[in-house]
Amino acid sequence: MAEALFRVAHAGPQVSVQDGGRPGLMRYGVPASGAMDRAALTIANLSLSNPAQAPCIEVSRGGLTLEALSGKMTVAVAGGGFIVDLAGTRGGSWSVLTVSAGQTLTITSGPWGSWTYLAFAGTIDAPLWLGSHATHLQSGLGGGRIVTGQTLRIDNPQTRDTRPIPCPIWARPAHLLHAVPGPQQRFFTAETLQALTTSRYYLTDAYDRMGVRLKGPDLTPQNALAIPSQPIVRGSVQVAGDGVPTLLFSDHQTTGGYPKIATVLAHDTDRATQLRPRDAIRFRLVTAEDAILIARQQARAIQRYLDTLR
Amino acid sequence: MPGPTPDRPTFHPVADHALMVEFGDTIADDIHAAVLRLDRALTRTPVPGVTEAVPAYASLLVDFDPTLTDHALVRAALTALLVTATDTPATPTLRHVDICYEADCAPDMDAVTHLTGLSRDAVIAAHLAGDYRVYMYGFAPGYAYLAGIPPELRLDRKPAPVRGVAAGTVLIAGPQCLVSTVTMPTGWWRIGTSPTAILLDDPARPFLFDIGDNVRFRRITLATLHATKAPHG
Repeated sequence: MAEALFRVAHAGPQVSVQDGGRPGLMRYGVPASGAMDRAALTIANLSLSNPAQAPCIEVSRGGLTLEALSGKMTVAVAGGGFIVDLAGTRGGSWSVLTVSAGQTLTITSGPWGSWTYLAFAGTIDAPLWLGSHATHLQSGLGGGRIVTGQTLRIDNPQTRDTRPIPCPIWARPAHLLHAVPGPQQRFFTAETLQALTTSRYYLTDAYDRMGVRLKGPDLTPQNALAIPSQPIVRGSVQVAGDGVPTLLFSDHQTTGGYPKIATVLAHDTDRATQLRPRDAIRFRLVTAEDAILIARQQARAIQRYLDTLR
Repeated sequence: MPGPTPDRPTFHPVADHALMVEFGDTIADDIHAAVLRLDRALTRTPVPGVTEAVPAYASLLVDFDPTLTDHALVRAALTALLVTATDTPATPTLRHVDICYEADCAPDMDAVTHLTGLSRDAVIAAHLAGDYRVYMYGFAPGYAYLAGIPPELRLDRKPAPVRGVAAGTVLIAGPQCLVSTVTMPTGWWRIGTSPTAILLDDPARPFLFDIGDNVRFRRITLATLHATKAPHG
């Protein structure tokens, strides 16, 4: 079978193989992992007619440089506003391009966003763990971290028409996050819940695939130190005893004893991952009924867009 | 609002895709049994649109696809299941976990003897005497929380976590014990090292324990530990 080889000339921290995730195993302590921005991964894949959840390389703001050693193949880059340099020609993410042997592809942080997805018209040779190539970064289980110096093999490389990919408005970072209160809002006073909705919170540098610590008015819970650990989800806003909230992302711990004041809707969590440290956010609390309406509207809008890519 | 009980759980929406069912606010056998009863009922009788259920000490998280169902429909389906969920669990499986308490395998042994006032032999005897039960997994892949530490061996966790604790370390804190599966920081007390594989790398049975299993520790020597192929790589 034909193959294309790349040498990883540079990989920043937190660059890894990710796919649509590994759902269904939280009961064993395994979070779904998968792309931080799942919509962007889907777009990168569908731009190449790949399966929607196929494994890609998730590139952090630390960037990625690949030297094509052999083969010729088309790749797609979607997510964030990254800079993509192919053999000296500079462009941006949201593009489909063909890389030939001898060329260097460099992806670096650009004007906005924290993650971009490099999809290949071919199959990444990476370990599978429990049915998925998604990497759980703390353990290294799954497709794996991408490190400087390694070789990357893509099986069955194909070429496709190169073109720009339209960047939909809902792929931009969201500064207003819709969230449903709780599930443990009873541990917070009315004043604290009001502070959550009326204040600005800022992302801090304590930001990785597990989550991001926020800075803003104190949200100290009441009488919550002894609650038994509960399952947590991506999007949970959990508040430690010191009153500091953390918004959880793809590699979150599956359980935790800190109370959750609110939980951000799934697609808004995708959009929150494209924020950067020091960006400001606000929370808008919605009812469960409204959350479902919003989720369905978003799902329809995403589907309409994805249908145009095929 | 009255708090949740095993007979009258409370339901809390979680974002646009889940419900948290709470059966109580404490770690107790009757509460945990109610969690597992609903979990089993959900396995037997799948609810349309439900994608995953996650049991913990006192709560069950039920995740769903918001394009297929909603909180109210899932709540109604779970409420109906609660009425019929009256089965008793199958006899739990007993799993054995090997442990070496010697020297470098137990970096916190001296601190534990000091804090408990027990001799080293008494600490080991107390740990081996415990009847443990798998209450839940959490934190990291394969991280199973075993409750059953005897009262004389229950310690508050350390004020600050120790970084880089190796996989296979046997840790205790309060009534809980666990065997770490990945290298990580922890504020629990390191009293032994185990070669027993918990991540089995078998898609049909990825992890050693099922929730509800009973666990006994079995003492091994340092020589036996070294002779056992390291399961954690």
